[in-house]
Amino acid sequence: MRVADTAFLLAAVLVMSLTFYALLGGADYGGGLWDLLARGPTADRQRATIARAIGPVWEANHVWLIIAVVVLFSGFPRAFSAISTFLHVPLVLVLLGIVLRGSAFVFRAYGSEEPRQERFWGRVFAIASTTTPLFLGVVVGAITDGRLPSSTDARFIDVFVRPWLTMFSISVGAFALVLFGYLAAVYLTLEARDSETRTAFRQRALISGGVVGILAGIVLLVSGPTLREELLASPWAIPLHVAAGASAITALAALWWKNYRVARLAAASQVTLILWGWALAQYPYAVRPHLTLAAAAAPEPVRVLLLQVLAVGAVVLLPSLLFLFGLFGPRGR
Amino acid sequence: MDLLYARWQMGLSLGFHIVFAVIGMAMPLMMVVAEVAWLRTGRSEYRELVKRWSTGTAILFAVGAVSGTVLSFELGLLWPTFMEFAGPIIGMPFSLEGFAFFLEAIFLGLYLYGWQRLGAWAHVFAGVMVALGGALSGIFVVTANSWMNTPAGFRMVNGEPVDVDPIAAMLNPAAGAQVVHMMLAAYAAVGVAVAGIHARLLLRDSRDPFHRRAFAIALLVGLPSAVLQPLSGDWAARVVARTQPAKLAALEGQFVTETHAPVRLGGVPDPDSRETRYALEIPGGLSFLAYGDPSARVVGLNDIPRDLWPPVTAVHLAFQIMVAIGVWLAALAGWATILWWRGRLFTSRAFLRAMVVSTTLGFVAIEAGWIVTELGRQPWIIQGVLKTADAVTPMPGLVFPFALFTVVYIGLAVVVVAMIRRTILDTAPPADARG
Ligand code: HDD
Ligand code: HEM
Ligand code: HEM
Repeated sequence: MRVADTAFLLAAVLVMSLTFYALLGGADYGGGLWDLLARGPTADRQRATIARAIGPVWEANHVWLIIAVVVLFSGFPRAFSAISTFLHVPLVLVLLGIVLRGSAFVFRAYGSEEPRQERFWGRVFAIASTTTPLFLGVVVGAITDGRLPSSTDARFIDVFVRPWLTMFSISVGAFALVLFGYLAAVYLTLEARDSETRTAFRQRALISGGVVGILAGIVLLVSGPTLREELLASPWAIPLHVAAGASAITALAALWWKNYRVARLAAASQVTLILWGWALAQYPYAVRPHLTLAAAAAPEPVRVLLLQVLAVGAVVLLPSLLFLFGLFGPRGR
Repeated sequence: MDLLYARWQMGLSLGFHIVFAVIGMAMPLMMVVAEVAWLRTGRSEYRELVKRWSTGTAILFAVGAVSGTVLSFELGLLWPTFMEFAGPIIGMPFSLEGFAFFLEAIFLGLYLYGWQRLGAWAHVFAGVMVALGGALSGIFVVTANSWMNTPAGFRMVNGEPVDVDPIAAMLNPAAGAQVVHMMLAAYAAVGVAVAGIHARLLLRDSRDPFHRRAFAIALLVGLPSAVLQPLSGDWAARVVARTQPAKLAALEGQFVTETHAPVRLGGVPDPDSRETRYALEIPGGLSFLAYGDPSARVVGLNDIPRDLWPPVTAVHLAFQIMVAIGVWLAALAGWATILWWRGRLFTSRAFLRAMVVSTTLGFVAIEAGWIVTELGRQPWIIQGVLKTADAVTPMPGLVFPFALFTVVYIGLAVVVVAMIRRTILDTAPPADARG
């Protein structure tokens, strides 16, 4: 019994790290998307707002991904091994995006005073911010979709491409991209310093919020009957979906009535609930269709020790993290 | 073939990351020293120094963070079998490293963007935490690497690890020596490099107070570490002698098993004829250094099966390069002390020139040292437990990701060098017009 418990707890830690990564790091990618799409008379101010919001926090936000990877390979080594073997291609594309996004951001911020260079790095930053969540979504989609083979004895295409190049995974990728963009736009309404820019972000938040709903429908539509059934089968599925939907409606309504603080809270809770809904639907699998959490997990004593270390680390770190956001947040992003 | 590309990609990524990682470890320390000096003396040069150093560091830091992320994924992308085996055993230092990253990233944000919003000493505290986070990252990740050299904390039963004890794995026999050696290497290499850069500007105007202060701080961080480095290298070599005889034999180009084994300076080992030519030999030196007894017996490669030899020539040459640089940097430290004693530290042109020439040597030694450690362990990925060839991913076509990352890293290197050059040229004394 305890065995299952610690594996479950560790998986919960993993999902929490991913949640923080989505809420914080995800919004940083979303900021890049809006940099790419900046239009209209406030375009420059939009870009400046985005850069100001991301600057002090993106490196800390990025560490949530590292934590997730580390917990995955220490706690569920077989899952890490399977994911990184079969999803090598999209993961390399994720990495490429991560490298270019981070470097281009600092190159633009510190490196150049020449406007032409600054524009170039701004472009690279924006494009890499857009491709990365797309491929991250594809990876998550493929883990959920359950087409990962159990061995590598087949043609390259069948083993290393087909499992992730599916309508389902691609629509999850698109969903992730728009979801992060939506989150970023909502946060940015609070970061903007003038009402024109704020209005621009409000408009973007409303539109992308709508697209999130449409894409959610598409994801469900292309998921195929078996997967859809499994995704909806857990007793938690319905309440979570209802709660996520309620958050979404609250967020959009709050945006409409320009209550941006409520909108931020509701959008964050919407994203959180979507992720948790996915995680619970995935349970008890680590990687569908072959690998359950229990089968992928490290030995029991390792899991216990890992949980202890993570708990102590969290107690030490959370106060500093809160301080960072308190100091630079829009007033608390 | 794919194995080769995987190894090259790993080596490339690590060799790239380590440069930025050591800068991330040592620069914050130097910035803290400069900032404390500013608060104590009120001299504006110190403040200027901190600001300019922090601009460069911000760029280098970000590249360190993203290249490190690549590494964490590559462990799985390239070596899934290794990670499946080793993940639970050495996950502990990697998890602790994760917290060190948080510490570093959080306080870096506060440090870089908090000039106005934090009080003076709170800002220094943020800098101290960044330096601490960097040091801890380095310490933890090197314990993971030293475990690959001297695996501990588990028993093998039917090819599976059992009784896994992550704490014992972290405290493996090579951990202490490697951690100390790596930390010193970081401070020595970065300190010497920064001093070299400012020495170049002092050669133009040795009275410039800005570059004098920068030079002094960099030497203060770099040279004491450079003095200690040969001692800690000796410790590392003793651990290698005790735990990895094939690596030791390769380091020294030692083919025959003998007592009174010599230390070889220079020389080219020839694995086919099984001898090391053109070396200056000091009889009994190796036996003495490795075991503290000139008559101790040193195992040569001839008594190790050929298929378990590391690439002897490359390892020996890399080792010679590292040791030569180590001795040279320690000598520079001695020279600096004498000059300082005589009050000529900033005006001796010979010394300034020597520092300029040495600017990149610490980094060369770091790369050479890692080649010694990693190539010297071949064909094992985990010494005596798992072969590198058995750990590689089954994915074919690894030449493509390798080519991709090579292009990206070369591009990044070019841009970073250009940008750092610019910020350094900006460090021309304020009176001097820009550029
Ligand atoms: C500034 C850099 C620097 C300098 C001057 C030296 N080293 Fe070094 N050396 C490193 C930087 C380094 C390193 C890159 O940091 C390594 C790689 C792995 C490690 O832990 O440290 C290393 C590894 C390393 C190893 C292999 C350890 C192992 O595989 O477990 C030995 C035996 C030595 N060193 C010995 C020396 C000696 C005898 C030196 C001087 C006279 C010396 N090093 C100078
Ligand atoms: C501290 C953490 C490190 C870890 C966990 C680590 C791990 C690994 C692994 C898993 C491999 C592939 C298997 C192998 O060829 O042995 C490897 C290879 C390699 N690493 Fe390291 N390494 C570390 C540090 C470094 C650093 C800092 C360098 C810097 C230069 C380096 C240089 C290399 C090279 C050159 C190879 C290729 C070896 C070959 O071609 O045979 N390593 N390392
Ligand atoms: C001896 C080898 C290594 C040393 C000394 C070292 C040290 C550091 C340091 C000081 C940083 C902080 C960022 C910076 O200062 O630029 C860093 C970043 C990072 N390192 Fe390494 N590292 C080494 C090898 C590795 C290896 C083998 C891995 C992965 C398996 C790795 C993963 C990372 C990651 C993920 C980051 C980014 C953290 C962030 O987002 O801030 N490092 N490393």
